[in-house]
Amino acid sequence: MTPEIYLAEPLTAPTANRRPPSSAPAATGHQPSAVRRRPWGKWLAIGAVVAYVAVLIIAPLGALVAGAFARGIPPIIVALTDTDVLSAFWRTLLISVIVVLVHGVFGTAVAWVMVRHRFRGRALLNGLIDLPFAVSPVVAGYMLILLFGRDGVLAPLTEALGIPVAFALPGMILATLFVTMPFMVRELMPVLHAFGIEQEQAAATIGASGWQTFRYVTFPALRHGFIYGITLTFARALGEFGAILVISGGIQGRTETTTLYIFRALDDRQYIGAYSAALVLGLISLILVLGADRMRGREH
Amino acid sequence: MTQQALRFKPARAGSDWGVRAAAFTYLTVMLILPLAIIVQDGLRGGIGSIVQVLAQPVAWNALLLSLWTAAVMAAINAVMGTLTAFVLVRYQFPGKALLNALVDLPFAIPTLVTGVMLVVLYGPQRALGAWLNQNLGIKIIFAPPGIILALLFITFPFVTRAVQPVLAALDRDQEEAAATMGASRLMILRRVVLPALAMPLATGALLSFARAIGEFGAIVIVAGNIPLRTQTAAVFVYGEIESANQRAATAMSVVMLLIAFSLVVLVDYLQRGRNDA
Repeated sequence: MTPEIYLAEPLTAPTANRRPPSSAPAATGHQPSAVRRRPWGKWLAIGAVVAYVAVLIIAPLGALVAGAFARGIPPIIVALTDTDVLSAFWRTLLISVIVVLVHGVFGTAVAWVMVRHRFRGRALLNGLIDLPFAVSPVVAGYMLILLFGRDGVLAPLTEALGIPVAFALPGMILATLFVTMPFMVRELMPVLHAFGIEQEQAAATIGASGWQTFRYVTFPALRHGFIYGITLTFARALGEFGAILVISGGIQGRTETTTLYIFRALDDRQYIGAYSAALVLGLISLILVLGADRMRGREH
Repeated sequence: MTQQALRFKPARAGSDWGVRAAAFTYLTVMLILPLAIIVQDGLRGGIGSIVQVLAQPVAWNALLLSLWTAAVMAAINAVMGTLTAFVLVRYQFPGKALLNALVDLPFAIPTLVTGVMLVVLYGPQRALGAWLNQNLGIKIIFAPPGIILALLFITFPFVTRAVQPVLAALDRDQEEAAATMGASRLMILRRVVLPALAMPLATGALLSFARAIGEFGAIVIVAGNIPLRTQTAAVFVYGEIESANQRAATAMSVVMLLIAFSLVVLVDYLQRGRNDA
């Protein structure tokens, strides 16, 4: 039950209490320092890490920026104001907002039940919640095809209801919901666990209803975890690609999201469009996640 | 306390069951139903059918490529991720806050965008890509090195963020005590630091491996889709879906699910062991 590994750690927390006070004398030097300082070892390690990060992360990032601006700003504006591109951005936004709303409500309910309730199969369920994180997005999309596709098990049901799921928006929303499932639950579970139940019990004894207890006692304590989980979910939903590609069929102008547009534009050799859309998408996700990190870092 | 608990329970029973029903319905529809359907579809043809699909060279090579590139990535990530965590925890240097922020950056960037970045940098028509190919004979895009680079980018935070808090909490007194007893730095590293880091290192590396096996967005851009050479398991599944070959798509999906599930269970087990200790 430790989600922290893939939910990024708070940016400042580890550095803030980085060194226990016991090491302070070693730094001042008047006490015999047991672990001798080897400055060259320090700078060698730092140099290796910086070089690694520069090659692995900064160089590709810089290349993308350079690639998008290769012919100046006007072609970027032309590419990004294309009707198909704009509608792709709107579709991505719509899917992400719906996904965040659904996970905000149901993800909170799941976290609540997982922490506060005891039932048979809880351990198994706890493991299953992490699974979407490891399942290939292509496989996730394929599962939905098997359910809702032409010969899908649930196809008769969706046809009777008149709601197309595969190759349509509902399927794309379901695919994104599956892929982003763990974030909200995993963010809230430790917070709920740490908050404990004493205050909830106190509220209940003075006659608060279950909803009142949640609204006025539990939720305020969860608020930051909630916002962080929502932000991560939203950022992930914006960038979802594989599952949506499989379930949507990528019909230009109808079921095309931003990532699907980037994929098609690369294929069509519309490089400026692909690069600038990728840059915009990357920047939005980056701002969201780093903003949430800062917020959480300040909280701690 | 008992009285409180007694009064507490009946007051909330109704809404509690409502929340529970909502949570279970949601998990069943969103998670269990899709998983069940693919397992059912996989077992319909029997294990023999899955083996038959995997025995085809294209499928087998795709699975092998996924496994070995993920393994190479996990090994590099284990070393560099630990070193990054070590540098961030133990040393002061200018730009440290920026480096710390950069570790989270891959987590924020959509993997498809990662793929695009690598193609822009190393693509055969780009300056650096062409230079590497002509002068050093290294092909990165549409080749395994590109896959490994993409995987390294995507999973960079995993090991670092798993090791970092443990390293920060590690009692430095132990290291200093070992040093006063005459232990060399290498011995301290081996006997004191590494044992404490073994568990977070293992879980971080395993999770990055699990994530890498299923990765699609970055790889489909970077590796292309060359059967037998640069087609990974996920790209194979995509191709089989596109050509409406349900049997092959299902077989490979079931195998990938099995790998993912085993790894998640293993990581869960390792972490529980650590928390109990």
